[in-house]
Amino acid sequence: MPTNSSTLSSSTLSTSESAKPWAQWVMIAIAIGYLALVLLLPAVNVFYQALAKGVGPFLTHFAEADMQTAIGLTLFVAFIVVPLNTVFGLFAAWAIARHPFRGKPIVISILDLPFSISPVVAGLMMVLLYGQQGWLSPILQFINFKVIFAVPGIVLATAFVTLPFVAREVIPVLEEVGTDEEEAARTLGANNWQIFWNVTLPNIRWGLLYGVLLTNARAMGEFGAVSVVAGNIARKTQTLSLFVEDSYKQYATGAAFSASVLLGALGLLTLILKEILERKTHRKTA
Amino acid sequence: MAIAPSLSWRQPLGYLGKISLPWRVTIGYLAWMLVLPIVALFGKAITAQPSEFWRIATSPIALSAYEVTFVTALGSALVNGLFGTLIAWVLVRYSFPGKRLIDAIVDLPFALPTAVAGLTLATVYSPKGWIGGLLAPFGVKIAFTRVGVAIAMLFISLPFVVRTVQPVLSEMERELEEAAWSLGASKIQTFLRVTLPPLLPAILTGVALGFSRAVGEYGSTVMIASNTPFKDLIAPVLIFQQLEQYNIVGATVIGTVLLLISFVLLLLINLLQAWGRRYAN
Repeated sequence: MPTNSSTLSSSTLSTSESAKPWAQWVMIAIAIGYLALVLLLPAVNVFYQALAKGVGPFLTHFAEADMQTAIGLTLFVAFIVVPLNTVFGLFAAWAIARHPFRGKPIVISILDLPFSISPVVAGLMMVLLYGQQGWLSPILQFINFKVIFAVPGIVLATAFVTLPFVAREVIPVLEEVGTDEEEAARTLGANNWQIFWNVTLPNIRWGLLYGVLLTNARAMGEFGAVSVVAGNIARKTQTLSLFVEDSYKQYATGAAFSASVLLGALGLLTLILKEILERKTHRKTA
Repeated sequence: MAIAPSLSWRQPLGYLGKISLPWRVTIGYLAWMLVLPIVALFGKAITAQPSEFWRIATSPIALSAYEVTFVTALGSALVNGLFGTLIAWVLVRYSFPGKRLIDAIVDLPFALPTAVAGLTLATVYSPKGWIGGLLAPFGVKIAFTRVGVAIAMLFISLPFVVRTVQPVLSEMERELEEAAWSLGASKIQTFLRVTLPPLLPAILTGVALGFSRAVGEYGSTVMIASNTPFKDLIAPVLIFQQLEQYNIVGATVIGTVLLLISFVLLLLINLLQAWGRRYAN
């Protein structure tokens, strides 16, 4: 069959379908209705509840010291974890994508483990490793370094749950780009660093940014794993997510929703940037 | 920072003897961040006597928590298998105003922190909330019941099905469906016999990914549930409560059970993806 006739017939197909448009519209209505119930109404509700009593009360919550400390800690954790996992992700993606070896699917599965391990179990692992009766506690006590119920524990737990994102986004891009340009650069006398900086990095930049974006969203929003290791001491180990839960538990719904607006805005910004990056890379993946 | 040359032309033994820097960083970081914590969990779990392990792992409260977790997660994942496929279908096959926006919104559960999801779902589905308020006069309670847990699980597992089905559906050759129609098959026959079989691995992969995520979910579920044992207490919350009571062994045992189940699910997902690739080729 020539390609011309296939495009022709698929256009006749869509006209034959639009002869019965009601079935289409019913399906579209069901899809949108379901998304509204499960995703859209809850998302709109965050902003509605935060602003229901007016902008003034909404803004006063940001003047509270606990909220400001929570914002600071959330930014601090992301500031440490995102670069750490970006560098690791680049190394891991390079190691996995650029070297043919037999156990590749197994290594990728291991890398994916943090996606399937419950965040609470991840937090529990950190307690068992760094906690008071943990394996590393003799060393930690010797150097007088507190991990669990302190900021280092939050950093470690967040690094655990966000570990795969960058590598997972960069591996397919590296594989797709191939090694031709890198080898050309090498024959022209470029050293490893020059090859990486001038050839590889520009090729993978959108995939890398996408991975960094996902890492950052998860790092700033992580709750389960952080909740286990933080001990939730206000003004010391309370991230924004923990602040939301704590305020809600204490019936300070206004404060909870005000903090949620910040995290919700982070989510929306992530979605928008994600759309832009997806258009840059011409792809649509989860 | 040195980047190793592509080693494809070298003898495999050559690079086993001389591990490159990227591999050293990868192995080192994975060993410290990922393997060591998992070993610590198993190490702690085997310090419990096997009989003690079994007693805690199968205690009535744990069994009830598994039941609530797995049955609710499976139900939610299956419901999303249906609606997720429908949403993917609508997004790929039909055009309508606002389609791009709807497409972007599907990813919301990946981007919205789970504590916020839990807070807003608990509010919307509470007896005073937008949706809960409509159902309250009929005596239907959602927030602080097991149905609420299911709603939170629906929220977090929805994108998985849509995003695994969508690419398969958009690459599908529509000529096959036309051929079936021209041979006299009805629309339903065409869907069941021609369209659905190649989609099935993707749908099941999405359901398994969603199920796996829902089983481990903590943030959104802990806030919409009342966390009452034997009623709507899920396994991750049980682990958390055990830790709060300084019952490290109890938390470790149930955590190990959950971890082993995640391993099994990961294996299942890999098998489903391999099955899907066979269809693609």
